[in-house]
Amino acid sequence: MVRIITSYGGLLLTAMGRTLLLALLGLFFACIVGLFFGMMSVLKNRACNIIAQIFVDMVRGVPMIVLAFFVYFGMPYLFNTIIGGFNVVLTALQAGTICLALNCGAYMSEIIRAGIQSVDVGQMEAARSLGLSYGTSMRKIVLPQAIRTMIPSIINQFIITLKDTSILSVIGFPELVNTAKNVQANTFMSFQTWAIVGVMYLIVITILSRCAKLLERRLNVGRQ
Amino acid sequence: MKRKLLATITAAAMALGLMACGEAAAPAPAAPAAEESAEAPAASTGKKWIIATDTSFKPFEYTDDSGNFVGIDVDILAAVAEDQGFDYDLQSLGWDASIAACQAGQADGMIAGASITDERKSSGWIFSDGYYDANQSMAVEASSTIAGFDDLKGQSVAVKTGTMSASYAEELSKEHDFTVTYFEDSPTMYQAVVGGQVAACFDDTPIMAANIKDGNLSMKLVEGSGNEPAAYGFAIFNKDNQKLVDMFNAGLAHLKENGKYDEILAKYLGE
Repeated sequence: MVRIITSYGGLLLTAMGRTLLLALLGLFFACIVGLFFGMMSVLKNRACNIIAQIFVDMVRGVPMIVLAFFVYFGMPYLFNTIIGGFNVVLTALQAGTICLALNCGAYMSEIIRAGIQSVDVGQMEAARSLGLSYGTSMRKIVLPQAIRTMIPSIINQFIITLKDTSILSVIGFPELVNTAKNVQANTFMSFQTWAIVGVMYLIVITILSRCAKLLERRLNVGRQ
Repeated sequence: MKRKLLATITAAAMALGLMACGEAAAPAPAAPAAEESAEAPAASTGKKWIIATDTSFKPFEYTDDSGNFVGIDVDILAAVAEDQGFDYDLQSLGWDASIAACQAGQADGMIAGASITDERKSSGWIFSDGYYDANQSMAVEASSTIAGFDDLKGQSVAVKTGTMSASYAEELSKEHDFTVTYFEDSPTMYQAVVGGQVAACFDDTPIMAANIKDGNLSMKLVEGSGNEPAAYGFAIFNKDNQKLVDMFNAGLAHLKENGKYDEILAKYLGE
């Protein structure tokens, strides 16, 4: 155990950094994707609703490991070989980010949809009858109320996404799990390695959860 | 108040129970070991050794077209067991799980094309004599212009987690300034080379040669990229299973003498 920490500690810390980088990039784009499709699914427009529904169903219906292989190997193959004329080459980090953005984005869009729909229809009706436009009513009346409901689910989703980065070890991105497998293979110390990695995840996720709790409390001012 | 007291008592009782379990479990592994040493001369007395292996490491272990689990490791183990007269149960757990299973005592030994290294030995593993000398080299996409390690500068190179080729590439990467990407299995790694995600990959020479030929991969080996061969060994973690390693070594020596060993290699590697 001590030997793993002394000879591989630095490597594992770097890998933890990469895990966080991947998670942050993924979450950033997931928010954009989620907001986009979430709004599409609440618009009073049948075509938009259907597009959002198809996106959510497709991404939610495929395990992330399959999505990872498809994005990393399938997309370049699709564009370069089947369609032709492109020269798409994705790094593992780019492919991983796309994967997380799609996967987490689909769940986020559902959280956003549910949050908006949880706000009483009367709020929107009242705002519109006061002469506010749809966009303004959404931004000033509905969303501020919806966000409070969404926050706990969104934080939950963030943590799940942070842990899901481990799935991307299969496309060779040197994040924590991928690196741990190497350490394990070099040292043949299975439990010690996984114990260290488990504790590392636990510490990081606990710290982030506490930060999220603080943020949640701040946003909830005036509700109780 | 009463409820709180009850909870405390229950918790204490559970903790005691756990401790008792721990104590009871500790001496358990010693018991069968004592039995074994008592009857050591008779090699096979009913004990079924559980041997762990990888799922897919062609041609050492893989599932062939008709669904049989075959390979050099599989055949060597079978021949050794026949020679030494012991029973075994080969379980295809996967690389990571095999290591863990041996440590946990869920398996008695592993044979998975594992290289004999000092680092692994210093973690308490015991290896048999080498049963295969593997040398590693580099392969690139068929139309690639890479002709040597110097052409890899700034590029990414694929290896398989935990293999000798990984350590070989790691060594070279410092000198020649390229990055190493780790994959879990050969198919994914070759896919990354053919798909252009990485510039090259490192793997065992005969395995790669066989895969390129059989799998019709558009890849080629780079001449002069090989290293010094290193040996693969059968490994155990629990010292009480030393007998298994002794039997393996004795059986392996017999196989090498009677030509069976060469037969097995020829079957999987060709000439």
